[in-house]
Amino acid sequence: MFPKWFDKWNKDNPTNIFGPAILVGALGSAIFAAALVVTWGNPAQTASMQTGPRGTGMSVPEYDIKRVKADPTIEDYYTEEPYVPEGGEELAKDIYENVQVLGELTDDNFNRVMLAMTQWVAPEEGCAYCHGDVDIEEYGSDDLYTKVVSRRMIQMTQNINENWDAHVNAVAEVGVNCYTCHRGQNVPSDIWFNVTPVNENVAGWAAVQNRATAMSTSTSLPSSALEVYLTDYDSYVNVHDLESRVAGVPGLTDDIHTIQKTEMTFSLMNYFSNSLGVNCVFCHNSRAFYEAAEYTPQWGIAQLGRQMVIETNQEYLMPLKDTYPAERLGPIYADAPKAACRTCHKGYQRPMQGLNVIADWPELATTEAPVYE
Amino acid sequence: MIKIEYQNIFTQVQVQGTPEWGMDDNGELLQERIGAPWFSKLAGLFGNAQIGPLYLGWTGMVSLAAGLIWFVMVGISMLSQVGYSVPELLRQLFWLALEPPSPEYGLRIPPLDEGGWYIIASFFLLVSVMTWLLRSYLLAANHKMGKHVFWAFASAVWLFLVLGLFRPILMGSWSEAVPYGIFPHLDWTTAFSIRYGNLYYNPFHCLSIVFLYGSVLLFCMHGATILAVTRYGGDRELEQIYDRGTATERAALFWRWTMGFNATMEGIHRWAWWFAVLTPITGGIGILLTGTVVDNWFIWAQEHNFAPMYDGAFGYEDYGSYEAFIGKEN
Repeated sequence: MFPKWFDKWNKDNPTNIFGPAILVGALGSAIFAAALVVTWGNPAQTASMQTGPRGTGMSVPEYDIKRVKADPTIEDYYTEEPYVPEGGEELAKDIYENVQVLGELTDDNFNRVMLAMTQWVAPEEGCAYCHGDVDIEEYGSDDLYTKVVSRRMIQMTQNINENWDAHVNAVAEVGVNCYTCHRGQNVPSDIWFNVTPVNENVAGWAAVQNRATAMSTSTSLPSSALEVYLTDYDSYVNVHDLESRVAGVPGLTDDIHTIQKTEMTFSLMNYFSNSLGVNCVFCHNSRAFYEAAEYTPQWGIAQLGRQMVIETNQEYLMPLKDTYPAERLGPIYADAPKAACRTCHKGYQRPMQGLNVIADWPELATTEAPVYE
Repeated sequence: MIKIEYQNIFTQVQVQGTPEWGMDDNGELLQERIGAPWFSKLAGLFGNAQIGPLYLGWTGMVSLAAGLIWFVMVGISMLSQVGYSVPELLRQLFWLALEPPSPEYGLRIPPLDEGGWYIIASFFLLVSVMTWLLRSYLLAANHKMGKHVFWAFASAVWLFLVLGLFRPILMGSWSEAVPYGIFPHLDWTTAFSIRYGNLYYNPFHCLSIVFLYGSVLLFCMHGATILAVTRYGGDRELEQIYDRGTATERAALFWRWTMGFNATMEGIHRWAWWFAVLTPITGGIGILLTGTVVDNWFIWAQEHNFAPMYDGAFGYEDYGSYEAFIGKEN
């Protein structure tokens, strides 16, 4: 098909074209790909947030790019503005039987809150999930554990909004309501149970770690960090000596921290990071984790969050152990389900990316009579 | 033009033939060399194609036996921790470990299930490593060689002893030793650095890193240089030391004209040896000082004025907003 002179020239000038062809092809493809990235943008682009002075390398890169898009559960969030009482309405405690926590609400608002809770926690089962499949006259009964637990959960929500305002409204008014944890499910995701010891035929330090578990976020770090640091008021997260020289033997002298304690803390911090989709430098300057002058404000918020979780577990969640049926208890020790950072945050810096879930629900913002504005 | 047939990753020359048995001065040395020698084309791609014979000797036997005991003890311990389930052992292999004693036991011997096995296994590892070190000395003596390999290995053994023996004793607790496990020993390393206020501020750690990266750089420069002058006989390095040929001249000129200074065929090996040997020596000093002499390296660095301060705010609020980060601004 080619002219004779062309075939003849090729025959007279045999050349290995594969070497240069591969080279030119590879080089050309690289230039083409580079040009695409420069002109059209990087498809694997990451966002990052600077969290400290230049030179410290402090920034939070967001590799999981779907987390900088809208949280999908925000779309299903149900809310309704309150009916501001004009005074003189009959209150729920006078209308219904056995109303222990929301009695100060007017009938309209009481039913509004009940409806919303159904949407947030049991959208498929509806009222019957807590009240049972009975006539509305019998809704006052406490026969079902779900109702007893719900009452305690309402108190918990009120306590968190009222007394832990510095955590849940630290940066802007966000608050919490049932949906913050439940997201339309009967049992919230990311609750946790005790699992340690995780290893057989060993005791002490060797028994609680070196196993890929959900509680160690699949690391070989201790699986007991949440048990120790998120249920005990007296637990003390500290890993450093604050003097350059300190006398004492780790493990035998009080106040001398151990490497083991550092690993426990590392495990807890790893859980924090994963729960919020951030890294160490969201709160710390990693060159000196303990250095108070180089904490970000988020360190203080997280600190309060830890105290809040301890109180929530101790006062509200763990005492419900005997109220739950067996299938709601822990698979190993039949302990009550407990909450921690991820139960609300679900991998985001702010639960539901900072959506204000308390503005419409003054009833859940205080343990006292709600204030409508 | 790149000629692909001259671009080689592997050794290009393999010698295969009658196996080389080595010297036998007094007619009895062969007794201690075991295994019939054979040739491997695969091995020849990387090094010498001849495999074996192996000189075992008493040090080799003791070392291998003790090392095997240590290995099996660690393995059985891991297996018992997963309830003797082999699939679970395979699944969790990189996570499992034989842990040192819990901190409350100090330097006492703990119960077997709380670190006792670790102490026993460590004893066998110690015997294994030390007899292997002795073996590297005795074999060099047998060959009437210098003891450079012995001293180089001894520098690594120094770091090993600091980590598992000297430092735990000085600290007063076996719990300071390193766990025997893949991920667990890495966790230990991170926790060790954080516990003692960031090891990067430990000057001996700095030195160790310098020598480690320096070793890598020197090895790369030397390997590249020799390969580049192999066509002029440069790979006959020993001959080039006392009878410098054009390969050495070209290599020297290359570096002298590149950076004003060049090593010699002899000197480069001294550089490389010292860099490699100083890596664990300085590292071991740094580990030994940690927790014994200095308990917080960052504060120590502040006291000695080499931890810099940074101007600027901490917290993202001064650099942007969360709403902008999640693409919700305005």
